[in-house]
Amino acid sequence: MLSVDVERRLGGFRLAASFQAGAGITALFGRSGAGKTSVVNAIAGILRPDRGRIDIDGETVFDSERGVDVPTPRRRVGYVFQEGRLFPHLNVRQNLGYAGLFSRGAPASEFGHVVELLGLGDLLLRRPGNLSGGEKQRVAIGRALLSSPRLLLLDEPLASLDGHRKNEVLQYIDLIRDEIRVPVVYVSHAVEEVVRIADTVVLLSAGEVLAAGAAEEVMGRPDLRPGEGPFEGGAVLDAKVVEQDIEHDLARLAFDGGTLTATNVDALIGELVRVRIRARDVSIALERPRRISIQNVLEGTIAAVGPERGGIVDVAIAIGASVLRSRITARAVQQLDLAPGLEVYALVKAVSLDRRGAGQA
Amino acid sequence: MTLTAEEQEIVLLSLRVAFWSVFVSLPFAVAVAYVLARSSFPGKTLFDAAVHLPLVLPPVVVGYFLLLLFGRRGPLGGILEQWFGIVVAFRWTGAALAAGIMGFPLMVRAVRLSFETIDRKLEAAASTLGAGRGGVFLTVTLPLALPGLITGVLLSFARSLGEFGATITFVSNIPGETRTLPLAIYTYTQTPAGDEAALRLSIVAVLLSLAALYASEVLVRRAARRVTGEDAVGRR
Repeated sequence: MLSVDVERRLGGFRLAASFQAGAGITALFGRSGAGKTSVVNAIAGILRPDRGRIDIDGETVFDSERGVDVPTPRRRVGYVFQEGRLFPHLNVRQNLGYAGLFSRGAPASEFGHVVELLGLGDLLLRRPGNLSGGEKQRVAIGRALLSSPRLLLLDEPLASLDGHRKNEVLQYIDLIRDEIRVPVVYVSHAVEEVVRIADTVVLLSAGEVLAAGAAEEVMGRPDLRPGEGPFEGGAVLDAKVVEQDIEHDLARLAFDGGTLTATNVDALIGELVRVRIRARDVSIALERPRRISIQNVLEGTIAAVGPERGGIVDVAIAIGASVLRSRITARAVQQLDLAPGLEVYALVKAVSLDRRGAGQA
Repeated sequence: MTLTAEEQEIVLLSLRVAFWSVFVSLPFAVAVAYVLARSSFPGKTLFDAAVHLPLVLPPVVVGYFLLLLFGRRGPLGGILEQWFGIVVAFRWTGAALAAGIMGFPLMVRAVRLSFETIDRKLEAAASTLGAGRGGVFLTVTLPLALPGLITGVLLSFARSLGEFGATITFVSNIPGETRTLPLAIYTYTQTPAGDEAALRLSIVAVLLSLAALYASEVLVRRAARRVTGEDAVGRR
């Protein structure tokens, strides 16, 4: 359990963030400059807040009122930095064992387990200078895990990696969540990473928490527009793969309310995936269209019509137990006379549901 | 070319003086370099200048001050003798002290440069893994500063071998006790028929200096490869 409530002024920037994080992966999500790294640095004790309180696992590690400030080495927080920060003068085995020099190391059995889990066996005698970006981050994750942390902080661990390596490291982070039950705080500005791995999302913007809650909820909020929020609004659905059409490279995904056709889904039949449907990829029709290229025509009811902003309106469409968001012009709302309760068809192109939108849940 | 027994003794004495001057001044140089590289305090510029003073002062002046401070009746000389039983006046230990002080700024400069180029983010990473300040210094800062340490040690070693002015002023030119290589060469050039001995010792001085510079080059290159984290060591 982690509880954070901190304030800190850095030049003209003011950080005032307050949130809680439980088990599983909590994503600290926001644009660069939103204050994400400052928050994790405060948790690790690298940055001293002007005011506030931080509790980790029931222990108060910082409290400005009571004058508590536990130094970094004693906070027992594992930190994986953006650039890995492996010690260049030590080989991989020595890097992994580093925490052991200060009696914070995990027992020897744990060493073997982590090495196996992260696939580091072949790298042990190599030096950091000769590792690829993905390998470095895996070693950095292992090194942090082997310091017996109560909490693992990952600060944009994929930022310096290319697409393939990103996927590889994400899979390992998934594994850690399932195998080693340490709570993770995952800092990212990439929607697809957050959608794919987060259980809880804390949305930061300009140093403040804009929204916090379950991933599906926060990532589906329509009010978090590009103008104000760090990402485009849309809906996030949990779905199950029910069919893989290898010939056409299409998958059918069942969600609570219907099925979707999507392209390029890297998952087996029966697996759960999370699909993000951007509001601007959803159109609305009053009749079922015929002779149309769009693969997903979903019957639903308008749940809400949002306020107009700059000629644009977000419409919420209830489909079974799920809600899709559609971003259309105010003129279209007028022409079609859209209002809550109206039965409509939501149109979603299959190609807009690509592998960036669909990840393992 | 063979050296006489007397000349061999001179060379050995010089090496002993240089070794001890480096050995004793190294911890102080590391501490001073760390302070200069990492902290700021009022009077830092003055402190920095004071450390560099031996580099620019006439060596004779340094020797004269040493004589005042560390002579038998000098304030520091008395303390050294009473507390540690070390007498430096007119002893080879005094020659080592003079050499150490003359080489000190060179050592501090090299080590300080190394400290300044270390990525401090690595130190922050070490602290998240449980290392306190001392632990970080011993396991991250110092090993990463190794190239600078080697350069500093060998520069000041070579400087010590060549020390003349401060030594002769402070501990005089006593055969078998304080007559190091440069002093011996000077003495031979002042003696009739000493030319050959002076030449032989000069050649030894050139060879020793070359060896020190070469060793520094090789060791620094190896250490630098180590701290950049590549496997290349011993693998070429």
